[in-house]
Amino acid sequence: MMTVLKPADALQLREAVAWAAAEEEPVEVVGGGSKAALGRPLDVEHRLEVSALTGIGLYEPEELVMSAAAGTPLREIEARLGERCQQLAFEPADYGPLLGGAQGEGTIAGVFACNLSGPRRIKAGAARDHLLGFRAVSGRGEAFKAGGRVIKNVTGYDMCKLLTGAFGTLAVLSEVTFKVLPAAEAARTVLGFGLDDQAALAAMTRAVGGPFDVTGAAHLPGPLAALSSVGAVAGAGRAVTAVRIEGPGPSVRYRAERLASAMGESGPVAELDGEDSRAFWREVRDVAPFAADRDRHVWRLSVTPSAAAKVVREVSGALDALGFYDWGGGLIWLAVAPAGDGAQGAQTAERVVRGALARAGGHALLVRAPEAARAAVPVFQPQPEPLARLTARIKESFDPHRVLNPGRMYEGV
Amino acid sequence: MRVEDPDVEVLARRPDIIRAFRKILPEEAVIAEEEALRVYETDGLTAYREIPMIALLPSTTEQVSAILEYCFEHGVKVVPRGAGTSLSGGALPLADGVLLAMAKFNRILDVDFENRCVVTQPGVTNLAITEAVEHERFYYAPDPSSQIACTIGGNIAENSGGVHCLKYGLTTNNVLGLETVLITGEVVRFGGKHMDAEGYDFLGLMTGSEGLLAVITEVTVRILPAPETARAMLIGFPSNEAAGDCVASVIAAGIIPAGMEMMDRPAVHAAEEFVHAGYPLDVEALLIVELDGPEAEVDHLIGRVEEIARGSGATTFRVSFGEEERLRFWAGRKAAFAAVGRIAPDYYCMDGTIPRKRLPQVLSRISRMSETYGLGVVNVFHAGDGNLHPLILYDANKPEELAKAEAFGADILKLCVEVGGVLTGEHGVGVEKRDLMGVMFDEDDLNTQQRVKCAFDPQSLLNPGKMFPTLHRCAELGRMHVHKGELRFPDIPRF
Repeated sequence: MMTVLKPADALQLREAVAWAAAEEEPVEVVGGGSKAALGRPLDVEHRLEVSALTGIGLYEPEELVMSAAAGTPLREIEARLGERCQQLAFEPADYGPLLGGAQGEGTIAGVFACNLSGPRRIKAGAARDHLLGFRAVSGRGEAFKAGGRVIKNVTGYDMCKLLTGAFGTLAVLSEVTFKVLPAAEAARTVLGFGLDDQAALAAMTRAVGGPFDVTGAAHLPGPLAALSSVGAVAGAGRAVTAVRIEGPGPSVRYRAERLASAMGESGPVAELDGEDSRAFWREVRDVAPFAADRDRHVWRLSVTPSAAAKVVREVSGALDALGFYDWGGGLIWLAVAPAGDGAQGAQTAERVVRGALARAGGHALLVRAPEAARAAVPVFQPQPEPLARLTARIKESFDPHRVLNPGRMYEGV
Repeated sequence: MRVEDPDVEVLARRPDIIRAFRKILPEEAVIAEEEALRVYETDGLTAYREIPMIALLPSTTEQVSAILEYCFEHGVKVVPRGAGTSLSGGALPLADGVLLAMAKFNRILDVDFENRCVVTQPGVTNLAITEAVEHERFYYAPDPSSQIACTIGGNIAENSGGVHCLKYGLTTNNVLGLETVLITGEVVRFGGKHMDAEGYDFLGLMTGSEGLLAVITEVTVRILPAPETARAMLIGFPSNEAAGDCVASVIAAGIIPAGMEMMDRPAVHAAEEFVHAGYPLDVEALLIVELDGPEAEVDHLIGRVEEIARGSGATTFRVSFGEEERLRFWAGRKAAFAAVGRIAPDYYCMDGTIPRKRLPQVLSRISRMSETYGLGVVNVFHAGDGNLHPLILYDANKPEELAKAEAFGADILKLCVEVGGVLTGEHGVGVEKRDLMGVMFDEDDLNTQQRVKCAFDPQSLLNPGKMFPTLHRCAELGRMHVHKGELRFPDIPRF
């Protein structure tokens, strides 16, 4: 039977990890559990939950900084920021519904541990660019801290980067301090219609590379656009290319007009604002088009925009796959119907997806698949030898007994 | 600062080591004569000098790999170096070590507008990247004040900043990929042209690692479309408090300026006397606020900033008209260090970061310290991001003044940490601040960081003596200090 350890404070968290290290008893580390199905399946008998470590410790809006205990729900943080017209600029995604859970269950430490950023990543950077400092317990059972509460800090190694995206395999975060930014006064989304992938990527590249200060650029082929809750998108009856502009009111009006006229050269355009714009980008952020069809495996590919269309073409030539683009073409979401069940279907899909990537550059993460599939294929991009050895040595330095989320990212790590 | 004695055993092997490197590199790329080595004896922190045992000038990744492999096998220390503009002694040579000068890695390899990135060798200067892309109205955002001279490889080693960090980030937020060589000679790539590297964020870890983890041989950075326009404002205040209040109010109003710089009265006077930028001399604090973006946005926000500034008690408010005037507004700030160099024989530049709201308190404490130490001080401040540069005035020819300036500087940095800030915002720890690391970090914090070093460089051959106050042996750091059964099962809620 699985034991659940639920420390009430940072001191108990340290004791729990120290116990796990001393007894060499591996634990699964979770916050709200919203992303527990992301990564390789774990073979552990204990779960360590940080969900009791909650509360916003410091919030100074004019200093653009907030600190919160690891298990603080993301929705609580966003509500508090909203009161002061501020936000997490990297637009953290909520994969709850995508992974078969509820909406709004994520914790702030989970956001950083998985480094998952939304559409504004092209403008504002990733989650990893916003973590300023933390307190954590390493797999040695040692409590340590790094970074600080100020934006500009080069004192020692940038441990914030190393822990962001480490999926809890190096240390358990107990408190995070992060940068917050003003929310935009206004937003508008310019929509283009009926472009094929290649033309849409070219349009997005022109928009993001132009003087419009774009904060989101996504392209949905017709069948996926049709699933949107936003009428102008769902009702288009064809592919939709969306480009978002944010900022002070007069500036947004001026830029959106110019962008619409530039995009208008390749076909008809329309605009979204207010709640329609917000709802559309929430759907892109949370991968909503793939939430309903639970039989498909969902892959997330980081590529260069110039290679993106070719990757999607190659994959959908070999598999039953649907794809859409975010980050101006730098991010591809693929929903793949595995040919055959279980391990074999997953392996075939993996070979095709990573094969297409090998020629284009970039990496792929299997975000959603049944446990058996995630056990059968590398969920995270396999690493070439010198990099894999370095990864193992870093793991060794933080967690020599492999007690924290062992194997979640790579076998033996 | 305590300097470790050179390893006599390594020095005795110097002729063999030189012979080995002459097999890897062409004759002129191995520098062994004392006069030629003297060129490298110091970096931007000129108070410290050391002549390296040998300097090497490789020009390919394969050569770097062969050099490091040799050093790893023969226990020879290596100090990598870009342009040598470090202000913290990050590139200070070692008497028993190799200085690895990356100057020949000076080519831009690929300008890719479609994917908005540039692939370059590390010895290319920061400014040269912008120069290579500006014809298409792009630029590389981080702009350290040494950008004409400093190299992109050095920028990554130090995670360099500049005056636009609040809006555009530091170096770390603008790097996409690296090719590096480990001390073993293995070549490892992190990231690429795409966003978000896979696995652990080694890209982020390498950036700001001060040459202690690996040698950078290729860099991919992202480039940004140049803003349509930029305009600067000169805003004078009767007190530091009023200026600080204005900075906080601008940000609280949701405005993120491209740059927001503050100078105290002595800095304003020194700069004005030197470059005649037109700064008001009857103010206690001067803010330079720059806004960039589409004209419609900049015009709109200038109106709001003026309103906020007046509300905070600004006594002068001027907006630049035209590029020439904007550059004149900046000329004084950019020449501030040189201007201070005219009013004192020497100055010592500090680099702490503080929470912005603590500025008035910190400035008044610095001014009291200045009286105690009997040394003048001039303050310039990246007000947007809280990075403070006090310049301590001293005379190196007077006995003990350097030591006094260093003690004064250490007190300032301790004060920064005390109010919630950090020891260094953009210059790095280097040799200069390594003995102060204990002010900010406890033993477990530092051991965790040093174990990261061990994962890359178990013999501590890459840039040793920088960043960490005490060097532990990796074997000792790796030991676990817990024993089975000794810990009782923790008293933690279980389900």
